Amino acid sequence: MTRTLNVKDAINEALRQEMAADNRVILMGEDIAGGAGRDADYPPAADAWGGPFGVTQGLLPLFGRERVIDTAIAETGFVGAAIGAAIAGLRPVVEIMYVDFIGTSFDQLLNHAAKLRYVYGGKVSVPIVVRTVAGAGFRAAAEHSQTLYSLYTHVPGLKVVAPATAADAKGLLISAIRDPDPVIFIEHKRLYMEDDEVPEEPYAIPFGVARIVRSGRDVTIVGVQKMVHTAVEAATLLSRDGIEAEVIDPRTYSPLDSETILQSVEKTGRLVVVDESHPRCSLATDIAALAADAAFHSLRGPIKMVTGAHAPVPFSPPLEDAYIPDAARIVAAVRDQLDKKAR
Amino acid sequence: MIRSLDNDTLLGLWERMARIRAFETRVGEIAAAKEVAGYLHTYSGQEAVACGVIPLLRDDDWFTSTYRNHGHAIARDIPLDEIAGEIYGKVTGVCGGKGGSMHVADQSRGMIGGMGIVAGGLPIATGAALASKYLGRDSVAVAFFGDGAVHQGAWHEALEFASLFQCPVVFVCENNLYAETTAVDYHLLAGSVSAMTGPYQIPSVQIDGMDVFAVRAATAAAFERARTGNGPSLIEAMTYRYGGQYEGDTQTYKPPTEVAYWRGQDPLLRFRSDTATRLGMATLDAIEQSVQVEVDAAFTAAEAAPWPDISEVTTDVYTPIA
Repeated sequence: MTRTLNVKDAINEALRQEMAADNRVILMGEDIAGGAGRDADYPPAADAWGGPFGVTQGLLPLFGRERVIDTAIAETGFVGAAIGAAIAGLRPVVEIMYVDFIGTSFDQLLNHAAKLRYVYGGKVSVPIVVRTVAGAGFRAAAEHSQTLYSLYTHVPGLKVVAPATAADAKGLLISAIRDPDPVIFIEHKRLYMEDDEVPEEPYAIPFGVARIVRSGRDVTIVGVQKMVHTAVEAATLLSRDGIEAEVIDPRTYSPLDSETILQSVEKTGRLVVVDESHPRCSLATDIAALAADAAFHSLRGPIKMVTGAHAPVPFSPPLEDAYIPDAARIVAAVRDQLDKKAR
Repeated sequence: MIRSLDNDTLLGLWERMARIRAFETRVGEIAAAKEVAGYLHTYSGQEAVACGVIPLLRDDDWFTSTYRNHGHAIARDIPLDEIAGEIYGKVTGVCGGKGGSMHVADQSRGMIGGMGIVAGGLPIATGAALASKYLGRDSVAVAFFGDGAVHQGAWHEALEFASLFQCPVVFVCENNLYAETTAVDYHLLAGSVSAMTGPYQIPSVQIDGMDVFAVRAATAAAFERARTGNGPSLIEAMTYRYGGQYEGDTQTYKPPTEVAYWRGQDPLLRFRSDTATRLGMATLDAIEQSVQVEVDAAFTAAEAAPWPDISEVTTDVYTPIA
């Protein structure tokens, strides 16, 4: 049975189902319930927030403070504790309130979670999930609006997942929780309220399998998380002029389903990558390099990247809107490719 | 303390406290009306801290702030037009609209700036103090932070650095009883922030942060210590956040009895009762009315001001090299 659910509720459901099925799964993070320490003498305090976007709301009454743990504002502490708890047999799911706050815990992820299995010769696994929130378009300014997909993707040992739909969010989060290795699960704050048909029962979507969102013969557009939707918008506009774009959502950046991307590029001969991140050393450059390296002879024009600017995300609304790629910029990139071919 | 202050000084403190309250009340209104987007963290309730500390800063001193920074900016006399302009993201903003509410800054007035990351300002203020010492000056630096910041590594590392190198920095904790939604009596195992400085050999004091005169007296002592080469110190000002963590927070975690108690300790009410006989209620009322006019004008101007040009997206990333 499927029914309509938004991304926020799909994530909540995945957590709820996995926690019900496996008591090794615990949640930790800042105000993921809210009101800690007040439950006894002032019950309205309990579950006051469910995180700043309410994603984890309702889990505290079901599972209690033993499993829904409001930590102090101490990311190094609770991310590191998750690593240790995972090694000792638990399945911790931690929340970094905004991906921007990764800085204060990055050592534990970069030098410990990602590397312990390798340096210890494969004798240990670190099954943690780090849920975090990314994305511009919320007027949240430079320190609360980044995406940072590529920072994680760069690091061997970490798996990186970024769902664009509610159905993918649920299935990929369940896979993340069941995965034996550290998974960075990136949620986009502008997608939380997006609806989709979501199956009621628990299900796992495997990592490293891209989703072909729309088939087309003329150009391949790879979208990164929210940009998948913007790419579909652009494809609809292009279709009016007889240009059929194939839109691909890689869904997981590490591992990356390069085969699906390359097959599409071999078919269409053209590639546009859309990523709201900064352009340098981004997923856009990564996927462009993949095609340039492995599908060069299929390409009928230059690969185009549509990205944010090499600048922090500005607060001022018109500046932020200009920063984020829109459908018009994608259409222009596709037209640019087609024009170059005609010449 | 009050007796040692002349009337102009007292009126200056009152004007700033009243200006902050009027400004933040308006911020709450425009947030509720959704006239501006983004995260807004208001300072109402904590006025005595900013106004007890900041007017004692000299022109060559520095301070760092947090995302709850409007009160600090106003206490430092940054024009309201520029703060309101920044909150709206307009070209008239003190940072040209680039940073918004969380990142109000004016280094020409010693305000290094509002930081969006908890505890981010402590090491930076410590570094400003290190520079002062290195340059042979007697200027000081202040780092404002909340009670939630003590759990960050940056907090501990800044205290260690400041003490080891005897930097002239004053750490000012605005203990407003909540780290986001989490009550300080739950999360702060040491019982107080001031109790946490002992191992770093940094002297500390816990004071009534609703009393601007108590804050001023503690600050004067800490500045004297720093300026005379006696190193860092910490002030824990006990205060209360009238708003939520951000505007829109429903605050179901705050017991009504607690809210009522702290409203009774209101720093503006306290100032009135401490000074009314000397300054006269009519004078204080008149100042409240005049700052309200200023606030109205600032928000009207901010609303009407132009947006920055789109080309500004990529400016200010690097410093131009001549």
